[in-house]
Amino acid sequence: MLLIDCPWCGPREQSEFAYGGEAHIARPVDTGALSDEAWGDYVFMRTNPRGPHLEQWVHAYGCRRWFNVRRDTVTYRITAVYKPGEAPPGYGA
Amino acid sequence: MSQPCRLPAGGRIDRGTLLAFRFNGRHYEGHQGDTLASALLANGVSVIARSWKYHRPRGIVASGVEEPNAVVQLETGARTVPNARATEVELYDGLVAASVNAWPSVDFDVMAVTGLFARFMPAGFYYKTFMWPQSFWMKYEHLIRKASGLGTSPTEPDPDHYDKMNAHCDVLVVGGGPAGLAAAWSAGKSGARVILADEQSEFGGSLLAHRDLAAVAIDPASDGSIDGATPMVWVARTVANLKAMPEVRLLPRSTAFGYHDHNFLTIAERLTDHVPPGQRRGPRERVWRVRAKQVVLATGASERPLVFGNNDRPGVMLASAVSTFVNRYGVRPGARAVVFTNNDSAYRTALCLAAAGIDVAAVVDPRPAPAGELPGRVRKAGIEVIGGAAVVDTRGRKRVSAVDVMALDAKGTVAGPVRTLACDLLAVSGGWNPVVNLHAQAGGKPKYEAAKACFVPGTPVQAERSAGAANGSFALGACLAEGVAAGEEAARLAGFGAAGASWAPTVVDVDEEPIVPLWAVAPREGIGRGPKQFVDLQNDVGAADILLAAREGYQLLELAKRYTALGFGTDQGKLGNINAMAILARALGNDIASTGTTTFRPNYTPVTFGAIAGRDLGERFEPVRKTALHAWHEERGALFENVGQWKRPWYFPKAGEAIHDAVGRECRAVRNGVGIMDASTLGKIDIQGPDAATFLDWVYTNAWTKLGVGRCRYGLMLDENGMVMDDGVTTRLGENHFLMTTTTGGAARVMAWLERWLQTEWPELRVYLTSVTDQWATAAVAGPASREVVQAVCAGIDFSPAAFPFMACREGAAAGVPARVMRISFSGELAFEVNVCANDARHVWEALMAAGAAHGITPYGTETMHVLRAEKGFIIVGQDTDGSVTPVDLGMDRVIARGKDFIGRRSLARAGTTGDDRKQWVGLLTEDPMEVLPEGGQVVADARAPVPVPMLGHVTSSYFSANLGRSIALGLVKGGRKRMGEGVEVPLADGRTLRARVASPVFFDPEGVRQNV
Repeated sequence: MLLIDCPWCGPREQSEFAYGGEAHIARPVDTGALSDEAWGDYVFMRTNPRGPHLEQWVHAYGCRRWFNVRRDTVTYRITAVYKPGEAPPGYGA
Repeated sequence: MSQPCRLPAGGRIDRGTLLAFRFNGRHYEGHQGDTLASALLANGVSVIARSWKYHRPRGIVASGVEEPNAVVQLETGARTVPNARATEVELYDGLVAASVNAWPSVDFDVMAVTGLFARFMPAGFYYKTFMWPQSFWMKYEHLIRKASGLGTSPTEPDPDHYDKMNAHCDVLVVGGGPAGLAAAWSAGKSGARVILADEQSEFGGSLLAHRDLAAVAIDPASDGSIDGATPMVWVARTVANLKAMPEVRLLPRSTAFGYHDHNFLTIAERLTDHVPPGQRRGPRERVWRVRAKQVVLATGASERPLVFGNNDRPGVMLASAVSTFVNRYGVRPGARAVVFTNNDSAYRTALCLAAAGIDVAAVVDPRPAPAGELPGRVRKAGIEVIGGAAVVDTRGRKRVSAVDVMALDAKGTVAGPVRTLACDLLAVSGGWNPVVNLHAQAGGKPKYEAAKACFVPGTPVQAERSAGAANGSFALGACLAEGVAAGEEAARLAGFGAAGASWAPTVVDVDEEPIVPLWAVAPREGIGRGPKQFVDLQNDVGAADILLAAREGYQLLELAKRYTALGFGTDQGKLGNINAMAILARALGNDIASTGTTTFRPNYTPVTFGAIAGRDLGERFEPVRKTALHAWHEERGALFENVGQWKRPWYFPKAGEAIHDAVGRECRAVRNGVGIMDASTLGKIDIQGPDAATFLDWVYTNAWTKLGVGRCRYGLMLDENGMVMDDGVTTRLGENHFLMTTTTGGAARVMAWLERWLQTEWPELRVYLTSVTDQWATAAVAGPASREVVQAVCAGIDFSPAAFPFMACREGAAAGVPARVMRISFSGELAFEVNVCANDARHVWEALMAAGAAHGITPYGTETMHVLRAEKGFIIVGQDTDGSVTPVDLGMDRVIARGKDFIGRRSLARAGTTGDDRKQWVGLLTEDPMEVLPEGGQVVADARAPVPVPMLGHVTSSYFSANLGRSIALGLVKGGRKRMGEGVEVPLADGRTLRARVASPVFFDPEGVRQNV
């Protein structure tokens, strides 16, 4: 069970959180102009990296707030926690 | 004679306390401090079980968790425990146990004839012998299940209760042997919060089996003393020191069975299993869920058996187990022993046997000239040491009576004449396996250390380190020194400085000569031939099976394991897997390091389901939600239906009414007079903020910005895949204030969904969401007389149709308390929903009942609600939809706005969601109006078509409509709207086929005039 450092509440057990999948997938703006493939890519396609993964979590049984986590999919180590709208560490401001 | 094999003195048992117990129906006695295994040995019981495949007699092999044979059914009835290891079961007065795998008895086993057919049960026999011909499997399976398998699960509810405990600590030390005690002490003195968990009843680990030096007078030159004292003196002193440290918690009888991510470990603490069942108080077990900053693994090592002919005969025992039974339990496991070892440690066993007065015929050692200190002492004790030799076979029927010894040549091949040594005990040691299980569970990869012929922990992945025998350091002095260092390091990394002086123990260790690996003794016929050479006793896997698996292509260890069943069962390969891996490696010409180990997974030892469940059982398994009106419903005899966690009234039967009668009466009351329903369970989300309407435009398919204050609107919510996920009516209470209702079961999901979009996609929207489901109670009053009833109760609201139109909301008072009244309808009738503070619910509900008495107001439940809405063709999300249904499929195009984007909109234009061949939601009217289609029934064009019959869809809702005097059904049917009027068939499980006609989903009042009066 992971120990997740909620940016608002501090470190809490994984059982207080819910997973939200890959982070930084912005909803396309002009959806009507997208091809079926491009839209399907947004709805369904996710990267599945071996190694660092930027992903969304929500403190479901806590402050109910969403945030982003950089977690290694091999070691499960969490190397960064940051708020929505913030750039992932190491990706510039 | 009682306990004929009990030594006259010695051991850590209380000889003053006699405990009576029963095994396989016979009465025996043992002492406080015994395990079931040691007590059985003291009573001379040598055959404990029959092996599962060949039904060969088996005895006790080990003294701890790795025991493969002495697996028993403990106690009977509700408290029965299947597959308890007798070596772990602490004896108590009145204990009852039986062999799990010996029918009809261990002594006379009719199934032993299967031993004669052993050649028909090779590795993978499940997959080959019994899979052909396929039709025979049913017959074989029955026989196999009867003949094989382990214990029996209890059939009654468990009378015990179990706890869970969450804990945090700076340093968790696993294992209370010399290394673990030293680590706990050195971490504890820094002030760190330390937990020390040990699976035994007493701390001391391997030291518990140490020769009791006090009994033979301390010899400072003797090995094993710590700071000049006998080891258990040091153990007692250290435990006392630890108990005096306020931040140290000692957990005996506690097995760390899982090492999970982020230094999260699970520990099963057994609280009452050692007490007679009648005297047990409090929880039986407690699972500790520990988050540790740092972990020290001092889990020790387990001894490897040796592989040779008939090595499974009772009387063949691990050398360390022999020492344990003699020294710790005062048991004489045999009268005349032979020791067979490839390393020096078992020479201590020979010495301990001699010290206990047990005859040792010889030590057989494959090393050509065993010459170290320990072999020297053994020779000095008058015991023959046979170097360059191996035991190749054992003799005897139910117990070893002699062993055959042959010389080994330089290549390790047996040679020369056979020498037979009479004995009834063969103590074997093939070296030691550090218990690397937790290290590997934590992500570490054990590495092979050739000099020690064992796998040792690799580089830790998590914040852990191994110390002592678990780290491959077997000598006592090294164990203590590593323990001290590991504890200090762990405390320091957890943020604690050293406090007080360190400790450099003075230990007199005897240097041991190096081990020479001996993975299997090949008889003259060659490895795998001749007498059976067992590798995994619990699963009856022999060397021959592993070689066969390799020949048949299962050359990867993980494949060979599954093909042969190696390492399955309670011991999970603790004894056999490393030998098996080495045999496989040799057969394939690989080296051991590259062959690797099997995967070590939790749980280290079996954990009871009770411990895992804890108190989350029965009524505590999941919360039950009751509305503020629940007691009223109960008083009126309502039957309840579970909807999510809610209890909702299902229907309100009157005396003598069946469900059909009650629902019919309730339905007619709503259509002809007035009914009242508790709608409090619908999810209610209060939405406020300047951008609330904009937000609703995003999450619903229709338009919201122009909705007037005081008006209500139905909304359909989609996921981005365009599929319906929820629906409900939302009311505009103010310019920037909405009240959304959701389905009962979808409330939490919708709330989370909305929050997610707000926080992650549109954080710039100024919108605030609050769940108010529990704060408001809702009485739905429906039927032609509903206006009169609600009007009589409410004040400050003009109920005239012009002033209070359909889909409007008015605020006022109901029975003197503030109320929001919405004119909305889920039945198609004139209807009002009266919302009041939940605490006022019963007061207002009773006022409505009183006002409605003259109109025959009838409380109704979910069943009537379902029928009424089905008559009107209103969907229930989750019943008529299943996550693969679009609004267009439902025929609800009218609620899809054209001029805006919303979640899921683009998906409605995908190739896969357009076209008229999708499953569409339609009505189904049976040919026989009295037949009700089964919900879930498959809709086909022709039930007699050749198999596979093409499926057109399925029935989603189906009822008998009292108002219409016939059955009605709704369903998803491929191209359904093109099939209007067509006949379809619904085959039933009983072989009949019902015929139905595709129809409009609106069966009643299609113009919708009744709700607009």
